[in-house]
Amino acid sequence: MRLTEGTAGARILAFGGYQPARVVTNAELADTVETSDEWIRSRVGIASRRIAGPDETVADMAVTAGGKALAASGLSPDDIDLVIVATCTPEAQIPNTAAVVARRLGIPAPGAYDLNAACAGFCYALASASDAVRADSADNVLVIGSEKLSQWVDWSDRATCIIFADGAGAAVVGPVAEAGDEPGIGPVVWGSAGDMADKIHIPDRSSFIIQDGQAVFRWATTALHPVARQACERAGVDPAELAAFVPHQANLRIVEAIARGLGAPRALVADDIVTAGNTSSASIPLALSRMLERGEIASGSPVLLLGFGAGICYAGQVITVP
Amino acid sequence: MGMTDQEILTGLGEIVDEVAGVPADQVTPEKTFVDDLDIDSLSMVEIAVAAQDKFGVEIPDDQLKDLKTVQDVIDYVRRSAVSA
Repeated sequence: MRLTEGTAGARILAFGGYQPARVVTNAELADTVETSDEWIRSRVGIASRRIAGPDETVADMAVTAGGKALAASGLSPDDIDLVIVATCTPEAQIPNTAAVVARRLGIPAPGAYDLNAACAGFCYALASASDAVRADSADNVLVIGSEKLSQWVDWSDRATCIIFADGAGAAVVGPVAEAGDEPGIGPVVWGSAGDMADKIHIPDRSSFIIQDGQAVFRWATTALHPVARQACERAGVDPAELAAFVPHQANLRIVEAIARGLGAPRALVADDIVTAGNTSSASIPLALSRMLERGEIASGSPVLLLGFGAGICYAGQVITVP
Repeated sequence: MGMTDQEILTGLGEIVDEVAGVPADQVTPEKTFVDDLDIDSLSMVEIAVAAQDKFGVEIPDDQLKDLKTVQDVIDYVRRSAVSA
């Protein structure tokens, strides 16, 4: 038996993002549950969020975001030989979302799997995509985070209905442009805290998302600084060099607390949650696609990604933006 | 360790200033966090975590909810430090 040779490094060629059309403001939520715009903005940071249409699926959103990333990458569907969809809200147990999305995008016969690491899903999937390219398991990978959390939320529960939202983000991953180029996706630091498994969960098929917000807040604002710094260290990037920090958009107070502990004063800290809500595995690629569209991060600069969510699962890595 | 109440108060003032942006000189013993200092439950968690780093005293969530005033936290830190 033998192995085949991949590449020394992988990189992201392009991002794409999609938000559903329907905007739900804090004022609209305050009509049906006991809350207020002021309370939501100060505790969570959200001003408005997007909710998918009743017939709009996780696959639909994944196709749109994935299609945009593919178009921006300059590759054709034929060039993609692996599709990974990070999601914890698929419409069905089987078939997986990835195989369906691949077909709808006209990608002929890629490897296809869904990945569930909740809100850490995109960073897990990105690491897996980079590994696949480097090990010659794939030439080019389409990585998508897509979630319809609105179908798992109890809209009468003011603790959760103000937070979770819908959307999708995608990235095309391929080899570095020239042999000998620096990698564009750094080593992942990933892990889990299974003792916190009951802190964010959906008890059974007919249930909703239940979260112990206080416990999650405490964990996230204390346990993630070392992971963030370790991801930088493994990539050989000083946090002070980071152009941006894009953590999972769980809650703006959590984002700000982790950013304070990171020691990256020059880094632009993503606050996409303000107009996107918490979209679980879509939040990081969606935030990045919008920040890049607005020209907020210079091409080729180092950015730290940090996903964390139910499990509790977490993963982070430094990337260079296309 | 034998910290005085004044030392704990000073340390707490620094923490509240950093976490919630409330000037340390406004952090006086009789004040309530929620009403007087306008500090919400999420900031209280951050204050508890910072207090753990500074004073070596753990304040779990279920104890935290009973600490209403600055003096409550000073008393808690002093009591816990003594028994450590």
